[in-house]
Amino acid sequence: MTDHTQHSDGGDQVSADLHGLSGAYAVDALDEVERARFERHLADCAECRAEVAELQETAALLATDEVAPPPALRDAVLAGIETVRPLPPATGGDAPTDHRRARRRWRSGRTLLVAAAVVLIALAVGTAWLRPWAEDGGDTIATPSTTERVLEADDATRVRQDFPDGSSATVVLSRNEGHAVIVTEDMANAPAGRVYQLWLETPEGSMLSAGLMPDDPDTTLLLEGDAAEATAVGITVEPDGGSKEPTTDPIALFPLEA
Amino acid sequence: MDPARPGLDGVPDPGAPSGADLAALLNRSARGDRDAFARLYDATAARVHGLVLRVVRDPAQAEEVTQETYLEVWRTASRYDADRGSALSWLLTIGHRKAVDRVRSAEAASRRETTYHQRNQAVEHDVTADAAHASLEAKRVRTALADLTEIQREAVELAYLGGYTHTEVAALLDLPVGTAKTRIRDGLIRLRDAIGVGR
Ligand SMILES: [Zn+2]
Repeated sequence: MTDHTQHSDGGDQVSADLHGLSGAYAVDALDEVERARFERHLADCAECRAEVAELQETAALLATDEVAPPPALRDAVLAGIETVRPLPPATGGDAPTDHRRARRRWRSGRTLLVAAAVVLIALAVGTAWLRPWAEDGGDTIATPSTTERVLEADDATRVRQDFPDGSSATVVLSRNEGHAVIVTEDMANAPAGRVYQLWLETPEGSMLSAGLMPDDPDTTLLLEGDAAEATAVGITVEPDGGSKEPTTDPIALFPLEA
Repeated sequence: MDPARPGLDGVPDPGAPSGADLAALLNRSARGDRDAFARLYDATAARVHGLVLRVVRDPAQAEEVTQETYLEVWRTASRYDADRGSALSWLLTIGHRKAVDRVRSAEAASRRETTYHQRNQAVEHDVTADAAHASLEAKRVRTALADLTEIQREAVELAYLGGYTHTEVAALLDLPVGTAKTRIRDGLIRLRDAIGVGR
């Protein structure tokens, strides 16, 4: 066994325990909590990253079964990618001493916002045969002028949410303009077959759809609808194409001052 | 190792892509090349789906998981790092994670209870079935597996092919809680060293 003592996160005993999870992690045998904990460790432990990569490579050798999926699956996949934008490369280079960046880099391939992981995993399950990728998502057209007016309004207020995976979202509201804009940074895409949907909460407490978010980690989007009296902005995960009303608890809620 | 494997039923396969070819196809997919992605799919789908089906068992659910896997591969292709492993292993890792997340969902939980025993037995049969696998690589793996202790081999197979957590593996093998993760790691390391992965 290798001995890595350069760890600062939590003492040698804790680190030693964490190193020992590399094998179970490589074959996805950790439960949710352990997995999240180990991934935090991975971000800072180059030796475990290397070991995990090797053990994943090793485990893959056990996947000797070959079963050709039905041709319809190929068609569905190739149709599906038409509406999915490939992520840009993770930039920022190798800076192993920069923990923040290392962590972000490591996690950048993950689909799920950590904050929402439990919710999203529950949702990603039981998706019916993924629908043929309805051509929604184009209906949240931000007219630059309105967006700019909101962002630069004298009465603009900002509510920011930071997520544990390093991503963030900020809602900018201008009561005078009657609109709100959301600005995301490093936001993970919604799971396949799902979409992030925006909502405006009315003073009466009902949620009105404010449009769908594109799968784009860094986006600036004008919310649809009248935000002059909205009391909150919410984001939920909905089936592709969105829902008439929220079908899940919000993964993020931005309370707006009156 | 050479992760490329030929043999896609019904798909003409003029010269199966090598590992380097797969990595190149993945890189081109990252740039939005759909043809490259289609070739990548053709070259790997049987292997990925075979693993997903092995873990998930239910064919309809396995097809969903395989579909989700390839959409994820397309979306995150730019994040593949050839220094960290082969393209095929990267695909299988994504597929395995999704398969495991699927079987562990609350929805599947109740169904699994009833098949716990059946699955445990199935592990024994599969060894025989796999022995029939003709490929050289599979033979090497089989030989290397023989180097593992019985407990190590079972722990690795239950975790990877069965999709069980290390806690479940401990229960299945009557091991003290907390020791299965060590057996899994020791087994994988021994397997790695016997086969020479990453050396
Ligand atoms: Zn470590």
